[in-house]
Amino acid sequence: MKYQSQAVALPYFVAAIGLFVGQILFGLVMGLQYVVGDFLFPEIPFNVARMVHTNLLIVWLLFGFMGAAYYLVPEESETELYCPRLALALFWVFLAAGALTILGYLLVDYATLAKYTGNDVLATMGREFLEQPLLTKIGIVVVALAFLFNITMTVLKGRKTSITVVLLLGLWGLAIFFLFSFYNPTNLVLDKFYWWWVVHLWVEGVWELIMAALLAFVLIKVTGVDREVIDKWLYVIIALALVTGIIGTGHHYYWIGAPGYWQWWGSIFSALEPIPFFAMTVFAFNMVNRRRREHPNKAAVLWALGTGVMAFLGAGVWGFLHTLAPVNYYTHGSQITAAHGHMAFYGAYVMVVITIISYAMPILRGRACNSRKAQVLEMWSFWLMTIAMVFITLFLTAAGILQVWLQRISDSPMPFMAVQGQVSLFYWLREISGVIFLIGLIAYLVSFFVKDGDKPATT
Amino acid sequence: MHAAKHTLSPSLPAEPRLAGDLAIWIFILAELLAFGLFFAAYAFARAHDPALFAPEQEALNRNAGAINTALLLTASYFVVRAVHAAEAGRGRQGARWLLAALGCAGGFVVIKLAEYVAAFNAGISLSSSTFHMFYLSLTFFHFMHVLLGMVILGALWLNARRGRYGPRDMNGIESGAAYWHMVDLVWLVLFPLVYVIR
Ligand code: HEM
Ligand code: HEM
Ligand SMILES: [Fe+2]
Repeated sequence: MKYQSQAVALPYFVAAIGLFVGQILFGLVMGLQYVVGDFLFPEIPFNVARMVHTNLLIVWLLFGFMGAAYYLVPEESETELYCPRLALALFWVFLAAGALTILGYLLVDYATLAKYTGNDVLATMGREFLEQPLLTKIGIVVVALAFLFNITMTVLKGRKTSITVVLLLGLWGLAIFFLFSFYNPTNLVLDKFYWWWVVHLWVEGVWELIMAALLAFVLIKVTGVDREVIDKWLYVIIALALVTGIIGTGHHYYWIGAPGYWQWWGSIFSALEPIPFFAMTVFAFNMVNRRRREHPNKAAVLWALGTGVMAFLGAGVWGFLHTLAPVNYYTHGSQITAAHGHMAFYGAYVMVVITIISYAMPILRGRACNSRKAQVLEMWSFWLMTIAMVFITLFLTAAGILQVWLQRISDSPMPFMAVQGQVSLFYWLREISGVIFLIGLIAYLVSFFVKDGDKPATT
Repeated sequence: MHAAKHTLSPSLPAEPRLAGDLAIWIFILAELLAFGLFFAAYAFARAHDPALFAPEQEALNRNAGAINTALLLTASYFVVRAVHAAEAGRGRQGARWLLAALGCAGGFVVIKLAEYVAAFNAGISLSSSTFHMFYLSLTFFHFMHVLLGMVILGALWLNARRGRYGPRDMNGIESGAAYWHMVDLVWLVLFPLVYVIR
């Protein structure tokens, strides 16, 4: 660790991993409820489990991004963090707010929660991914602003690099677009229209900048390739991401009551969205091939390359699959959407956060890299989780194709629930893959505690 | 390290040289792909309903389009002169050519805006018909590129005036010129496709 204040990243990474476990457990609960309808009813209804699963995902990714920023920015800026104590205080605020919110979801019914948290003052709840009570939303904004203040001040007082510039752009964008979660017009078309400004412009816009910056940072560290080379890639990638991603929002405007030209605009621009993801893959492999040193942390390199490949598959390929209006007409809101959502979130954002954790955590714990044994276990967890996710995606895609066929295309369309019965085999297979994912995750956790049987793998 | 340098800043003298930066070429290719897709979509939609497209296409102002074509081509010619001047070590003289190119581009913008005003007064909008949707989207998307191209030409002009470009430092001016030629090239497809071919 080059700068003392980078240490504040540690609790953020620990919290991220802890919440990740919670997310997966709730995923498994839901996966089972898909095939055993009354499992855990009435204690944990499906809709509550879903909310917990997706919100935990977002929250732990945010913990990961913040931890990554606290680790990366001092090192890039070559100066201590502006105010480490603020960072630590925000950690506890964010953790408490997150925990209270999840407990609220689980212990109180949603309408009651809404009543006691000011939803009648400003109604913002009840929309997918943005279910958080008003108080939590305000808390998120406060934490985000204080975090951005801290990070921005650090960048301003230190060296400015393209990585910190791109990262800051992404993080500011994240905070600014979240403000649209407070805008909830009664007109349902407008509501949906701006809802996507949070959801889509996050994952297919500003988060891509964060991802590119984190990936570039780790790649510089593990390959020793010239910064100049990486800088250019970074700017090309973010230009491509923004040019395609912003108007690409149109792929969500096909059937919500927005003007018809969105079918053309959305199809054309979103069809190009895979390009920046592809560029990131090429970038990652290029850098590793040109490496000027053999970094002893092999696991981090594996995660970095995996991010490139899986993000391209999940976002690029599975996104393209259903992004053209004539295709989306049939696939909209089917299991194909869920297949894509899983692989894209995992491949891009889950994996990039694990990449930076994998690189930074050993250093935060006082060594360049983990022992060989720990790394081998971590690489096992990489393969278990990644392959399990590939299978979850494939089974959901199969279920989705059947669903679309039986329910929407065939000459005698079947009702929704009848179709769900027909494809339940795939839901079982998804659940089994989910268990394997959990095993991979446990292996990942254990890898942090493997005692150095041999010395740290150094070169 | 040398291999790395080679791909992204290809200014080694001995081998065949790519004019401008590889990064700008990647960007240009992506832009061309975007326009290409848009053109293909247009052709596809038109093939479906030629009867709808023909009269509305007929109503466009082909003279304005033709003048604009001439303006963009002239601007491209001036940009080429500027690059040659820089290559010959007369970078400051190149600045004047760039200013002339900017003037042509400005003319394009004025004429295009006049066309838009006329169109809006005639009740044409993105939703008034499929052809109008394409006409407005394609030309406006291109229009935005002309504006960006002008910003780039402006930056080149400032640098050229300060005598920055010369036989030893061609990367910036060549990259900017490549971008401008892309803007011109796209119009050379757009104009016949949308205004002329029936
Ligand atoms: C890492 C980047 C991405 C992530 C995390 C992601 C995630 C998601 C998620 C979670 C949904 C479901 C939203 C809902 O609840 O309705 C979704 C929908 C969608 N995504 Fe992505 N996505 C990414 C990139 C892309 C890309 C690059 C494309 C296109 C090439 C794409 C195309 C779509 C489409 C068309 C839908 C709507 C599906 C429907 O109509 O049901 N996505 N995405
Ligand atoms: C890191 C791994 C995971 C990520 C990133 C993830 C992400 C997501 C996302 C983004 C959604 C919303 C999808 C949409 O709106 O279309 C979702 C829903 C869901 N996830 Fe996961 N998930 C993961 C792991 C799992 C696992 C292991 C299981 C269970 C086997 C699971 C089961 C579900 C179920 C059943 C839903 C609800 C789908 C529906 O509403 O029909 N997830 N997950
Ligand atoms: Fe999207």
